[in-house]
Amino acid sequence: MEDNTIICRCEDLTLADIRAMIKKGFHNPQEIKRLTRCGMGPCQGSTCRELLLKEVAAASGKSIGELEMTTFRPPTKPIKAKSILMGGDHDEI
Amino acid sequence: MKSKADAVIIGGGVHGCSIAYHMAKKGWKNVVLLEKGTLACGATGRSVAGIRHQFGTEINIRLANESVRRMERLEEELEYDGSIELMQKGYLMLAYSEDELDLFTCNRDLQKQIDPGNLTEILTPEQAEELVPGLNLEGLCGASFNHRDGHASPFHVTQAYANAATRLGVDIRTGVEVERVKKEGDRISGVVITGGEEINSPVVVAAAGAYTKNFGEQVGLDIPVIPERHQVAVTEPLEMILGIMVISFAHGAYFKQTPHGSLLLGVGDPEHEVKDFVERSSWQFLYDVVKKTTFHWPALREANIIRQWAGLYDMTPDSQGIVGKTSVEGFYLDLGWSGHGFQLAPAVGQVMAEIVSGEPPFIDISCMCLERFERGELIPEPACV
Repeated sequence: MEDNTIICRCEDLTLADIRAMIKKGFHNPQEIKRLTRCGMGPCQGSTCRELLLKEVAAASGKSIGELEMTTFRPPTKPIKAKSILMGGDHDEI
Repeated sequence: MKSKADAVIIGGGVHGCSIAYHMAKKGWKNVVLLEKGTLACGATGRSVAGIRHQFGTEINIRLANESVRRMERLEEELEYDGSIELMQKGYLMLAYSEDELDLFTCNRDLQKQIDPGNLTEILTPEQAEELVPGLNLEGLCGASFNHRDGHASPFHVTQAYANAATRLGVDIRTGVEVERVKKEGDRISGVVITGGEEINSPVVVAAAGAYTKNFGEQVGLDIPVIPERHQVAVTEPLEMILGIMVISFAHGAYFKQTPHGSLLLGVGDPEHEVKDFVERSSWQFLYDVVKKTTFHWPALREANIIRQWAGLYDMTPDSQGIVGKTSVEGFYLDLGWSGHGFQLAPAVGQVMAEIVSGEPPFIDISCMCLERFERGELIPEPACV
């Protein structure tokens, strides 16, 4: 089950991928994000952030609150470049 | 609590980790690297990590030639169990005036004089468009191109150096901030970390970007470096449509596609950008970067922007690194790369290891010493954003 449970849908990362990183000694969600791109895809970690934190917390014996949260980056949802240029309301384009 | 080290390196960016690796490889024992966050969490990780031969000063060309060569076999050299995501499809520099094209031509001549095997070529606008289909030719006078240039992942390059350094015995401590650098008389005596623990060491190498200024002040050195925010936006992953990194110095804009598919779009705006330790991104940037990069390459209008981030250049008066020993014995500097430091880390790491070991470095880097500012011997690099 570990091998094919998807954690990060955007970047196609499985539970096994995340556990392999933790096993290598990465106990900070930021480090795992930067090296695997977990949470860097179009959904911006809306599914995988919490799953990643849970895995790291379980492995490191810390609570989720004690872990360094990965950064939430604007613009939060994908925006077409031309929409940024045109301005206006989000339903217009 | 007190402990002892033979050398302390401040900063876990690509330079700090490369220095650590090269020092350990030379036989240094008991080297401690201190990073206040995680590895590559500062300027290194925020960089778009371009790698190029196309510089305009002799020292950068020599460092770049050596560094590109090393990047090409870095995974092997460092026995890295991942990929550094090196992509060498070339780096295209757009010229928007005859003066700029003349400058690129001069730079190319200098590059070929230093290395006759250098591949930089000057292209017509039409030739540039062949490389980047759909490139806007409006106002374009020509371009400089080197197909051995490219880019890599700053996180993996740093991690590769860190892993190799650790295997050779370097003690890399993340989440440890240096509060103070200590001096006794005219020489360095160690560092104090948060919490008050002291690490006594006859050698301290500061590779902490713009933050290094503080450490300089603590030992009586004026290091002329300021932080300057630069920002990057990234698109959703797309099919591989742009092998080449494209840059316009005239507009301060650049873009590239990573092997993973996302396009990285950047703008440097020294006139308006915040010159402080601010790593938050701005809405104004998002508009500017889209406006500029879609001017160069209109196809980008259809791409979805998914995220943006900011990082700090460590700017010096001549946009060149500050490297080597200082008037404080045992205190060494490697900072101030002003936005082109990532790519030079392979060569500079070895240079630093040699200087710290009291040997003449394999590339003479004396023109990059701190004293050049007092002497007025600046070495401005014409080819940077």
